[in-house]
Amino acid sequence: MDDINGLSFENAFAELERVVAELEGGRLSLEESVRLFERGRKLSAYCQAILEKANLRVSEINDDGDVRPLR
Amino acid sequence: MSELAKPKSVSELTRYINYILTQDPVLQDVWVVGEASNVRQVSSGHWYFTIKDKDAQMRCVMWRTTAQRQSTTPKDGVALELFGKIAVYAPQGDYQLIVEYIRPVGVGDLYQQFERLKAKLASEGLFDADRKRTYPAYPYTIGVVTSATGAAFQDVLNVLSKRFPLAHVILSNTLVQGDDAPPQIVRAIERLNEHTDCDVILVCRGGGSIEDLWAFNDERVARAVADSKIPIVTGVGHETDFTIVDFVSDERAPTPSAGAERITPDIVVMRETVDDYDALLYSTMDDLLEEKQKGLEALHRRLMMASPTVTIRNQQQRLDNLLLRAEKAVNNRLILLKERLIAKNAALVSANPDAILARGYAIVIKSGDGSRVTSELDATAGEGITLRLKDGELYARVEDKDTHGRYKRTLF
Repeated sequence: MDDINGLSFENAFAELERVVAELEGGRLSLEESVRLFERGRKLSAYCQAILEKANLRVSEINDDGDVRPLR
Repeated sequence: MSELAKPKSVSELTRYINYILTQDPVLQDVWVVGEASNVRQVSSGHWYFTIKDKDAQMRCVMWRTTAQRQSTTPKDGVALELFGKIAVYAPQGDYQLIVEYIRPVGVGDLYQQFERLKAKLASEGLFDADRKRTYPAYPYTIGVVTSATGAAFQDVLNVLSKRFPLAHVILSNTLVQGDDAPPQIVRAIERLNEHTDCDVILVCRGGGSIEDLWAFNDERVARAVADSKIPIVTGVGHETDFTIVDFVSDERAPTPSAGAERITPDIVVMRETVDDYDALLYSTMDDLLEEKQKGLEALHRRLMMASPTVTIRNQQQRLDNLLLRAEKAVNNRLILLKERLIAKNAALVSANPDAILARGYAIVIKSGDGSRVTSELDATAGEGITLRLKDGELYARVEDKDTHGRYKRTLF
């Protein structure tokens, strides 16, 4: 499985949805299930951390196309 | 002096003049155009000013309650169109215009301009539903085309901070009213298209009069919105205000704040959704483990069933059954034999010579050698025989037939 860090919120969340759906399907071995479950926990924590740390960034673009922080 | 020649008081005459003026339908519903001057608003909230052209001037008053309903206030040197009625102000012997509606010159034409441009752009297909584009559900980069100093920008930032702080807002600053606004708005939109990869652009301005919002009815601005590669959502003025850009844009929001809400997901909902999935993850895993546990228990039960102890126990049981059956069979056989024994015994009893003797029979033996006499040939006349009876013996001699015949005759 891929590294979670660097995933966008919606990609991490979409994978969390898939993980839950796959677990719900119940066609996996116990070992695979446990691995998926661990993956799901990481994704969930990652999503929550993204939302927790979120802080609106505000910039301004000038006529030369430079984008500079506004505050 | 006749009645007519009798002098009237100033008040009477003034009242008469007022009567004449207020009778006249033209003077009671009149539009007048001119330049405002000598404008002042008194502490009561009423406005006093003069409207003039190069040859004449007229005093005007606009009451506080009327003024509150207007989107325009008079300014010195500004050409205005006024609607109202003429009345006399007796204390000063003046007539004046009581203003009921005020607008800048040319605004009357604005509505027609608006409709003409709207029809033109509509005929070009710029309002068509199939031109409307969607933007990502999570717009991480949001361009905002508005004035850096306007309340609209602060409103948008407030909404985005609370609702979707994951975003990066890029302000593309522009004037939003006045003659210079349209080209600046056009440039602000182009800037974002040329230099950023915004997910969506919010073009917005707070509420104002129709003239204040006019830049958003400008054809250049409308075309810049239509040409934007990045999807555009507009939030111009208040709920009831519709501008041309609203028709051209990909989505129209009633206000800048509503626009900010429209384009973003709510972090509160996102948090709840993640929490829900987190809970689902755990409960699903619990269910899964419980299921596996049950499977394990079932296997364990099957294993126990298949274990040698069970086989031994089963064999034991079969053995017990066999023994039981054997025992039963032996018993039956014994009973049978016993019954047979009893029968034989009875037969034996009935065959006992004593029993025969008891029934009146006799056993004959030769007295000489004790041998049994069972046939007439066994003994010859003159031979001694013993007759064994039930209670003892008689001793006799065998006679020939003739001699015995005489006995018979004698007897009978």
